[in-house]
Amino acid sequence: MRQLLYLKNIRKVISIFSFIAISFVFIAPPQWLSVGYVTVVTWLQFIPSAIQFTDVLKISAAGFIAVFIITFFGGRLYCSVICPLGTLQDIFSWLARRIKRKEHLRFSKAHSLFRYSSLAIILILLGAGSITGVLLLDPYSNFGRIMASLIRPVMVFGGNITAGLLESFDVFALPRIAYKDFHFGTLIFSALFLLLLIIMSVKRGRLFCNTLCPVGTLLGVLSKVSFLRIRLDESKCNSCGKCSKNCKSQCIDVAKKQVDYSRCVTCFNCLDVCPSVGVSYTAKFAKKAGIDQINTLEINAGARRRTLKAILVISAFSGLKAYATRVTGGENPTTIPEARTRVSTPPGSENNNHFNARCTACQLCVTSCPTQVLQPSLIEYGIEGFMQPYMNYHAGFCNYECTFCGEACPTGAIQSLKPDEKKLKRVGLAKFIEKNCVVYTDKTDCGACSEHCPTKAVNMVPYEGKLAIPRVDEKICIGCGACEFACPTRPYRAIFVEGIAQHEIADKPLQDKIIFKNTSEDFPF
Amino acid sequence: MKRRDFIIKGVSAGLVAGTAGGLGNIVKLAAAVPGSYDLVAVRDGEPDIMFDKAIAAMGGMPRFVKKGQKVLVKPNIGWDVAPERAGNTNPKLVGRIIKHCFNAGAAEVYVFDNTCDEWNLCYRNSGIEKAVKDAGGKMVPGNTESYYHTIQIPAGKSLKTAKIHELLLNTDVFINVPVLKHHSSANLSLSMKNLMGVVWDRRYWHRNDLQQCIADFASLRKPTLNVIDGYRVMMRNGPRGVSTADVVTMKQLIMSQDIVAADAAATRIFGSNPSDIPHIRIADEMKTGTLKLESLNINRIKI
Repeated sequence: MRQLLYLKNIRKVISIFSFIAISFVFIAPPQWLSVGYVTVVTWLQFIPSAIQFTDVLKISAAGFIAVFIITFFGGRLYCSVICPLGTLQDIFSWLARRIKRKEHLRFSKAHSLFRYSSLAIILILLGAGSITGVLLLDPYSNFGRIMASLIRPVMVFGGNITAGLLESFDVFALPRIAYKDFHFGTLIFSALFLLLLIIMSVKRGRLFCNTLCPVGTLLGVLSKVSFLRIRLDESKCNSCGKCSKNCKSQCIDVAKKQVDYSRCVTCFNCLDVCPSVGVSYTAKFAKKAGIDQINTLEINAGARRRTLKAILVISAFSGLKAYATRVTGGENPTTIPEARTRVSTPPGSENNNHFNARCTACQLCVTSCPTQVLQPSLIEYGIEGFMQPYMNYHAGFCNYECTFCGEACPTGAIQSLKPDEKKLKRVGLAKFIEKNCVVYTDKTDCGACSEHCPTKAVNMVPYEGKLAIPRVDEKICIGCGACEFACPTRPYRAIFVEGIAQHEIADKPLQDKIIFKNTSEDFPF
Repeated sequence: MKRRDFIIKGVSAGLVAGTAGGLGNIVKLAAAVPGSYDLVAVRDGEPDIMFDKAIAAMGGMPRFVKKGQKVLVKPNIGWDVAPERAGNTNPKLVGRIIKHCFNAGAAEVYVFDNTCDEWNLCYRNSGIEKAVKDAGGKMVPGNTESYYHTIQIPAGKSLKTAKIHELLLNTDVFINVPVLKHHSSANLSLSMKNLMGVVWDRRYWHRNDLQQCIADFASLRKPTLNVIDGYRVMMRNGPRGVSTADVVTMKQLIMSQDIVAADAAATRIFGSNPSDIPHIRIADEMKTGTLKLESLNINRIKI
């Protein structure tokens, strides 16, 4: 039995490891991420995996089945070591205890009605085709949003300062990141959610997991019948109540010597503090252990505590002002607004319905997009799609060769495309507004849109004198937004991408025959 | 390359120079010693070999790079395309230039571009990042505004101020290495157009008479040396190109300290008339350099 006392430490190590591993995908520079890494660290995330599996029935999306099996076997280990939001709550509880010696927790009754009805609402919404409930409460996606919209800006700011310092020593290993856009909608939601999470975890441990979290509730049902479980041994328990005081789920009733398995997140805190080995983690039908097998163990929990290292992060957002796109064209402001009626969804998302019904707005594609063209929405998809990413062509444009978001998306809302497929996948169509164009208004060369166009769907055709003006060939336009991004006119651009409800396959770029140029034998001068 | 090879190559380049220009050049043979040319044109060799010949004819890299100096090499790395697409400067050429700089005693050689496609993808897929690292140079990012500092352009007409990359302010020698290619907005992309990659706000140029802005900026700091890569030439659909069908392998290289002359010569190779390219004509009028190739002492080298 003695080895069981190490379970808490093992739990801590694994949870911190997986917490750091998954945090990395949200805060690292995109070029440091690989598809393999992202896939592995998100594989076991329950809700994304479940959404993807129902879509494609692939073993590569079967992470949530593994979670079911783990839960049947050992209880809600998922909540304790895999879920990054769970670990985040543990960190808050731990910090609170270190900073202010607060009272211990004590057993409380389950909020069953609240719990099951909130799960029911989510499921009813899902049945009605809306993912909004999942989107707002999925622990993984909320963790992603906290990291992406609250922690990432701070990391970028600090990283850029560090990069600057390193560069003064001629070291260019750490890239600076241009932080393109703040999204107050996502920022405020994540901040409020985080605040709620902090309050709940500081006051009541894993209260979130046992009330609002749909994964917690669902796995709670399974863990009632799990094989291995925490048990109070009546013959050894001296009713000191230490286990209950340290139970972050507040689910150990010492008086009745009962554990509410639906709420237990198998953190093993109880094992660790029990002075009489009255608590055990054993098979459901295990016989009571004989007293002679076990010696009393002295456990000095206090000695294990470590000193807190406070990390001060100065979130001076003022420096980010420098990253704001410089508004040009003050002399001749354009007059015709871009009449966009629909934003584009990323290539691989097939259509608005497919995308909006599957995306949980975890922001993984946003933080890993090399060009930052993917940005969280506010009401671009309506209230239901709040925070789901869209193609923001003012922040960037979709790199022609890149297929990262489709390969990284853990829910399958964006499906992976082969590079050749992706290059023909139309997500929108460029629309030219001649009266906003520099060539029309100023009678000077511009052509920024055509320069950036990877398929030459935007081509320069003869105009007045020796000038050339853009023209869009819709047959080969894929809606990557390079033209809109590059267009220099303000406040309205002369070319923009109108989204399309159903993605299409564009024609291949026109390709004339190979050029045979007589390079002669001599110099032309 | 060993110093001895270098001298031998230099000598042979000089010999070729004497025969390459045809009858019209015989008059100038007396002046045909390395280091006295206004412009060197080389053709029919590999990018690195052509550079060896050209720099030897120009008097060798030590003429431009002194011991302990910091060098900025600015290729065109604007696009996330492979070298065969000719959207970016040939990596072999960039690598060779860096080696010459180090051989001449350069303390450090930096390479960067403010790219159009995502910078790290351009750096990697152009092959330039690897070529630079193999040659011992340093790839420097140019992807955030914080690298750029505002400067005045006294002679500028449309472009009076610009934010330029700090490397331009911190280095002693500036080697401009564009690739010769078609350009849908500026007609051709050459040495002067390549300088657009050292500034932050390119949109301003497009918004305020692109051709004039290109010429304005060229008046600011003339590169120590311009080396135009005409090994693979994108003949249409520039500056990004659509496929390798846009590309012709021409195996040419132009080198000059006169940025306008270099562009004029490359324009001829492309098959156009320099005075038809507005920014070249304007730069000539602004006396940044000359497009009158006939007034120059040119060394023509065939390999």
